[in-house]
Amino acid sequence: MNQHTVKAYGDELNQITAEVARMGGLAEAQVADAIESVARRDIALARAVVDRDLKLDALHRDVEKKAIRLIALRQPVASDLRRTLGAMKMASDLERTGDLAKNIAKRALILAEAEPMQPLTRSIERMGRLVSNRLRDVLDAYTASELDRAMAVWQTDDEVDEHYNALFRELLTYMMGDPRTIGACTHLLFMAKNLERIGDHATNIAETVHYEITGDDIMGERPRALPTAEDEPPTPNLITDPN
Amino acid sequence: MKFRIFRAPDGQNDGGDPTERPRMGGDILPEVAPAKAGERVEPRLEDAEPAPGPTVVDSPPVGPIKIAARDVSVFYGDKQALYDVSLDIPDKTVTAFIGPSGCGKSTFLRTMNRMNDTISGARVAGRIAMDGEDINDRAVDPVLLRARVGMVFQRPNPFPKSIYENVAYGPKIHGLVTAKSEMDGVVESALKRAGLWEEVADRLQSSAMGLSGGQQQRLVIARAIAVNPEVILMDEPCSALDPIATARIEELIDELRERFCIVIVTHSMAQAARVSQRTAFFHMGRLIETGDTEDIFQNPRERRTLDYITGRFG
Repeated sequence: MNQHTVKAYGDELNQITAEVARMGGLAEAQVADAIESVARRDIALARAVVDRDLKLDALHRDVEKKAIRLIALRQPVASDLRRTLGAMKMASDLERTGDLAKNIAKRALILAEAEPMQPLTRSIERMGRLVSNRLRDVLDAYTASELDRAMAVWQTDDEVDEHYNALFRELLTYMMGDPRTIGACTHLLFMAKNLERIGDHATNIAETVHYEITGDDIMGERPRALPTAEDEPPTPNLITDPN
Repeated sequence: MKFRIFRAPDGQNDGGDPTERPRMGGDILPEVAPAKAGERVEPRLEDAEPAPGPTVVDSPPVGPIKIAARDVSVFYGDKQALYDVSLDIPDKTVTAFIGPSGCGKSTFLRTMNRMNDTISGARVAGRIAMDGEDINDRAVDPVLLRARVGMVFQRPNPFPKSIYENVAYGPKIHGLVTAKSEMDGVVESALKRAGLWEEVADRLQSSAMGLSGGQQQRLVIARAIAVNPEVILMDEPCSALDPIATARIEELIDELRERFCIVIVTHSMAQAARVSQRTAFFHMGRLIETGDTEDIFQNPRERRTLDYITGRFG
């Protein structure tokens, strides 16, 4: 891309992009650390994740402020406008990602008090790794403007859904087997749901990258793994006969 | 009161005896025989003509075409200013020409009412048809053509006469209106359509030179529309005006497009985006890209267009 004739304009655009990339790095680390705090029952790390979320919120506000200022003062058009609006959208996705990571860390603090649930936390860890890899891929695609890489992330969101459905089944089976684990399992279930949503934000970012580069929306439906009857967890017989 | 641009053999549609006509406007300037339609002027070798650009990116307009230009080239002496421009200009639409200085947009605009005829040494090749009629045909009277294709310039250029006379001038010389009461009506309606009536109704006899720049520009537009043209060409009509006067002209352009085919040359990309429905981008004498304004400003298909509208031309 050629330089803007007004150099300060180009610098401001680059600054916004750099700040979104920084948010991306931070959000990625938050997700990874939140998962690690669950796996290792690391209270200090979980607290650190909760605290660091403020940083992400501040960056989000800053990106938004800079983008609004750029629109007001420079009136970007075409690719520059898409880049500015894309940065705003991405910053929102990353801020939400941070919130979800924070939520996982908060639940990690609670779980650390309870009995360890090794096999289950390992499943969460696996799903967490998958999701944070996807987040990293899409952010790399963003900084390098690589359309194919962003599209690869977009096309494989069903992997996350499959993972979520499997974990859902696993957790329900566990809870039915031992009702004392219901409390902890519910936290794990919410964690899984949070990870699934982080995956959705990664997909949103892939769509934003696509729009930013091409100016078009992605056509067609994203592959989806809907829970099939086969995948359905055994229906727990929750309504027990009062007698 | 539409009249034909072709000279009637008996001169009847000519607005009376040409020798009695006040020498103003187009007829004060020397006429250069226009190039015959289709005639190609061979560029000289030493012109070092740049390699032909890639095919013009064009998404054709919808709706009836008012002016169709085909392979239009313009030469100023030895220098070629415009290369093989083909463009359809739709009726009742604002078409904006954008591009860096010297890109040929004004030159192309001036071919549409044969203003280049007035520049000695200028030659036009190619074909420009308005409603299917070749405007460079020998039989076309450029003065009558310019009544159908009005023009507004960068600097407001009212005649040093009263406001009333400025507007009444065109209808009078073209013999469109004779009765005084009828003329009053024509002047009033032109001033109203130009959004100037309320500001000048009580001082129609005062000099036009006493008006502000924005008012003068609207007066010039009123003068242009008083002869009921079909096309209005505007060459940077707002570049000498402040933002409020500019906004009024833009609002006026938007109203006028319901009745006229409007072509505007502007250096303000924001203005092109605001007022036009079609945009044509010129660069180095060539038409590079043309399409709906919203497409050009959201996602142009040609790299040079993108660089220009985003401010990256070095």
